[in-house]
Amino acid sequence: MKLMHWWHVCRDFVRRLSGDDAYERYLEHYEAMHATTLNPPPKLSRKEFFSYWQETKWDGVNRCC
Amino acid sequence: MNKILKNFIWLAIAIIGAGAVGGIALNRGESINAMWFVTAAFCVYAIAYRFYSAWIATKVLLVDETRATPAERLNNGRDYVPTNRWIVFGHHFAAIAGPGPLIGPTLAAQFGYLPGTLWILIGAVLGGAVQDMVTLFLSTRRNGRSLGQMARDELGPIGGIAALIGTLAIMIILIAVLGLVVVNAMKHSPWATSTVAATIPIAVIVGLYMRNIRPGNVLEASLLGVVLLLLAVAAGGWIDHQPGLRTLFDHDGLPLVIGVIVYGFAAAILPVWLLLAPRDYLSTFMKLGTIMLLAVAIIIMQPEVKMPAVTQFIDGSGPIFGGALFPFVFITVACGAISGFHALISSGTTPKLLANERDIRMIGYGSMLLESFVAIMAMIAATVLDPGVFFAINSPAGVVGRDAATAVATINSWGYAVTVEQMENLARQMGETTLFARTGGAPSLAVGMASIFSSAFGQSMLSFWYHFAIMFEAVFILTTLDAGTRVGRFMLQDILGNFSRKLGETSWYPSVIFSSALVVAGWGYFLYIGVIDPNGGVNILWPLFGIANQMLAAIALCVGTAILVKSGRLKYAWVTGLPLLWLVVVTTTAAWQKIFSPDVRIGFYAAANDMAARLAAGTLTPEQARVAPQLIFNQQLDAWLTMFFIAVLWIVILDMLRVSYRHLAGKPVPNVSETPYEASRLGKV
Repeated sequence: MKLMHWWHVCRDFVRRLSGDDAYERYLEHYEAMHATTLNPPPKLSRKEFFSYWQETKWDGVNRCC
Repeated sequence: MNKILKNFIWLAIAIIGAGAVGGIALNRGESINAMWFVTAAFCVYAIAYRFYSAWIATKVLLVDETRATPAERLNNGRDYVPTNRWIVFGHHFAAIAGPGPLIGPTLAAQFGYLPGTLWILIGAVLGGAVQDMVTLFLSTRRNGRSLGQMARDELGPIGGIAALIGTLAIMIILIAVLGLVVVNAMKHSPWATSTVAATIPIAVIVGLYMRNIRPGNVLEASLLGVVLLLLAVAAGGWIDHQPGLRTLFDHDGLPLVIGVIVYGFAAAILPVWLLLAPRDYLSTFMKLGTIMLLAVAIIIMQPEVKMPAVTQFIDGSGPIFGGALFPFVFITVACGAISGFHALISSGTTPKLLANERDIRMIGYGSMLLESFVAIMAMIAATVLDPGVFFAINSPAGVVGRDAATAVATINSWGYAVTVEQMENLARQMGETTLFARTGGAPSLAVGMASIFSSAFGQSMLSFWYHFAIMFEAVFILTTLDAGTRVGRFMLQDILGNFSRKLGETSWYPSVIFSSALVVAGWGYFLYIGVIDPNGGVNILWPLFGIANQMLAAIALCVGTAILVKSGRLKYAWVTGLPLLWLVVVTTTAAWQKIFSPDVRIGFYAAANDMAARLAAGTLTPEQARVAPQLIFNQQLDAWLTMFFIAVLWIVILDMLRVSYRHLAGKPVPNVSETPYEASRLGKV
């Protein structure tokens, strides 16, 4: 039981760090912020979201010497 | 009771740390165990983190846990997102730790292990980590504004422009020197060249997988990429044994330079998802994995450091780069001790992720300590080699001689034992034809890492580990190269946009191609000169990079100092002022010597004049005479560039002093641009 717990913690950590769960987090954010509002922005598909996310992620200094 | 126990433990850490540092400093035996370095580093970092960083956070910066961060106030689910501090730590560390902390200490090992090690430890805890943490804090209080914007807001337009131009210049020099390191590692090495070449299609496969086959499955795609990379290393060994195939990848420096330039240009103009992003994933995984592996291997194996504490080259006669211990060790080891580049990360993506101001200490100060530890490991990996072998690998042919016998004789004359057979044996074990004159740090580090890995995880795979280490360095050097070219392109377009609106549009293709070509031409030029230079080029480019990087650090510390003074904390201004003062002394002295020294191995003008005289007298070989005019021009250009860096530095310093003086004299200065207080309502994330 304890081992399973640590496995989940590690897995979530790595997924979060690498951006593997970015779309799930986007959906959560969308539900929380836009789902109930009038004229919500269109909900992006997994593929649309990912291309957009990748485009913004590499738009600046994010690697160093 | 608990408190007494705690005090007792910290006292013990202090005593053990002092003992370890003293042991390293005073040891004059044949060798010293690497565990002394690891122990000294851990104790120094622990004490500095526990006491100094805590003091800075509470007393100097007045970190406020109840204050809402930009991530909370501006949360948009994209770039502003309150994020768990361990995740932010991971992102921040992956962003700041590049190839710099691996190369600098390796080059600085020519002075012996001691000067570099002490500077890495002291520089990091009093300088680098302070700079990173203060910049992160200031940017967090300003909605994640960049260093350039903060310089403009707090000092005025002059400081802002200086920071922008300085950043662009350092980017160009950085890419050139890193490109040179990769080229020197691939020169006439079919194994290394084919492996590095294979990383490009592998990145494309990963990119397509992530975008089209299984969109967004970053982990799956990266895992696939890492497996393919390991296969590529093994396949490189196979190619090396196929007479027909190996000639395809067996090249001189110049064709490799052209390859790197074409690659850099392509990566800058292609869509990010195809090459840049997937390569970045691979390099981050490789980097974190290999650093952990190296730490584990050092602790399991506890290798002996064979380099003397201090060598005779502290007088400035060193073969890898000319120049005395002071000031050159302090600009050779930039990343790992203090690196201005970090200020760009600390004022970029990271402040937009912080969930609470209390995380600033762990992320700003803590990440830098970890990077400093990477530099210590690089120093260990370089100094576990026999000093004779270390110098044979790293000394350029122009200094020790072209053929193996002359090179070995020169190195022996310095008092370091090495034989031609020993070098041939080593090269054969590593799967290379020769290891002589592979200046730049990557190959000697790879030999060091390979010997550490193979004795910890199996002796038989020495050549695999060597090429694994080369691939690992090349992968993230090329990542810095393409990401840097792209960022340089954005900066250039930002500047050009002031003259023509159209040129400033980052999505207008003609402007994209034009500005990318300019940036690539900039670093491509220095890379080309570096390869045709018989002294290896690293001896010119690395000090130039060090001066530029420390200049950027000084600009960041100037902004910090000015803000401390302006917000009425003059009595604490020494926290940033002291490292600033040291950097100013070091960079100005180094720049002065690089420009005016009469020693041809140090002064740019001296070297240019010397070569012009020899060209006129006809004492150069036809081969040397052919490239001499270009080298003479380049030395003069480098002198001008150094003057430019130092001028930028002093402009910002005088601006900082002007603003501080005016504030203290009660005259008007730009207001402190902090965003107003808002209470945090965020729970734990």
